[in-house]
Amino acid sequence: MATLADTSKAPTSESASRARTKPGRGDGPAWLLWVTTPLLLAAFLGAWKAYTVVFEVSELVVPPPEQVGATLVDLMGQSMLYEATYVTLYETIVGFSIAAVVGIGLGILLGKVRLLERILSPFLVATQVVPKVAIVPILLLWFGFGLEPKIFMAAIISFFVMMQNTILGIRSVEPGHRDLMRVIQAPWWKRVLSLDVPSAMPAILTGIELGIVFAITGAIVGEYLGGDDGLGALATVMLASLRTDQLFAVVIVMTVLGFLLYAVVAAIRRFAIPWHESSGRATSL
Amino acid sequence: MSDATTGPAPRQGGSGAAISIRGVGKEYAAAAGPVRALTPTDLEVKPGEFVVLLGPSGCGKTTLLRMLAGLVTPTEGSISIGERKLFAEGDSKPSHDALDSLGFVFQAPNLLPWRKVWRNIALPLETKGVSRAERKERAVELARAVGLEDFLDHYPKQLSGGMQQRVAIARALIHEPSILLMDEPFGALDAMTRDQMNLLLQELWLETGKTIVLVTHSISEAVFLADRVVLLSSRPGRVKDVVDVEFARPRDLLVQNDAGFGESVERLREQLGGHE
Repeated sequence: MATLADTSKAPTSESASRARTKPGRGDGPAWLLWVTTPLLLAAFLGAWKAYTVVFEVSELVVPPPEQVGATLVDLMGQSMLYEATYVTLYETIVGFSIAAVVGIGLGILLGKVRLLERILSPFLVATQVVPKVAIVPILLLWFGFGLEPKIFMAAIISFFVMMQNTILGIRSVEPGHRDLMRVIQAPWWKRVLSLDVPSAMPAILTGIELGIVFAITGAIVGEYLGGDDGLGALATVMLASLRTDQLFAVVIVMTVLGFLLYAVVAAIRRFAIPWHESSGRATSL
Repeated sequence: MSDATTGPAPRQGGSGAAISIRGVGKEYAAAAGPVRALTPTDLEVKPGEFVVLLGPSGCGKTTLLRMLAGLVTPTEGSISIGERKLFAEGDSKPSHDALDSLGFVFQAPNLLPWRKVWRNIALPLETKGVSRAERKERAVELARAVGLEDFLDHYPKQLSGGMQQRVAIARALIHEPSILLMDEPFGALDAMTRDQMNLLLQELWLETGKTIVLVTHSISEAVFLADRVVLLSSRPGRVKDVVDVEFARPRDLLVQNDAGFGESVERLREQLGGHE
């Protein structure tokens, strides 16, 4: 900083610069997003509207924003939307929970037992490279058109990222901390509970943040491909009846739902690991 | 000056030594063939003695200390802690009984960042069936001994480097070991903090009567703290000399102005040759 050399001015300019940088930790003031988000949103809606006007796009292809807005308000007056949202939310949360338990549990095990990870890794990667949309017909065959195939989709899509992050976290435990546990003769369960899991917690939470987003995607993809319930099924019905404005409105509802789930999970970071640098700052996707 | 390494061989186990090292050496396997970190070494540490292992990097001093803590397995030789064998000749794992009487302070504080100060201090008691109330009581006691009684509920990142190392010392002492092993504990601290820590350590040692083995590469720190300085040289690591330091206790920082202090430092520096 240029003012550092100038001792007569240093105190004032130093405190002034500190006041400017402190709230946002060097990346802008705390209120920044409250200003930029509405502005960017307004710019986006303006561009959307301009596009429909200037190019005279059919409202069957791209309905103008105010029409989508009106449709959204209209839909929000109907119980159908809430029933569908409830179903999608239910599938997402159940699928995600199963995936979190299995993914984090397996991640801890494989992180600790390298031999097991080497043996199983081809199969675990295989579960990921199989195009999951392609197995939906099989899931429908096995589970029918109920909620089960969607829960299964949500779980299988979100499990891998949570497992991988957990393995990474367990592997990143500081060697000095491991030495400490050996010196105090901590038994294996004590090492897992008091060292491995808390050390890995930042990575595990990152996996969870990504996992919840994958889970809602999985549930909606499952709904697109079979059954009559949930936001995905609702969207296909609207597409079939060429109600593009309603389709857009449902996509907005899906987005808001995903946002809320992510916000809840990201908030967990704040009180789960207050000691960590990342606390209070969600992973950007 | 005494030469403890070649004195008459004490009787096995019954010598009354706090630590007895017999022919202990270490060779590491490497792609280009085995690398010798420490040639077979004999050393005895008396109960209540303050021994400093001094040498340049690569002299095997840290390897020797880590073998005493059971973190590294000797290639040959045996180690006894008091009456108990830590490593008998050919053992690949340390005996857990012998480890009970050891406390270890690492070069880095190695505090668990998610635990408050008192829970870091109390960690070693958690697997020893001590109730939470008693753990806290003991942690408070130890925190007071290292001057941190006002920081019990702080997290490690809220403390300075010197304070973090005080927490590490308290943690190493909480299960009341008779021996404290310290691996360059103050190496990362600034000179002033380091002086304070040396005084604190001497005070703790005089109060508790622990046996201390401390590794350092600072000659003046070695002379200030030690009853006996074990000088190691490198490639391959071996004991080069053992020097008695006989200044009265407690020593204050002014002892460094003493003519004898300078002589001891000078003698050690000459033996270290080109190092440091």
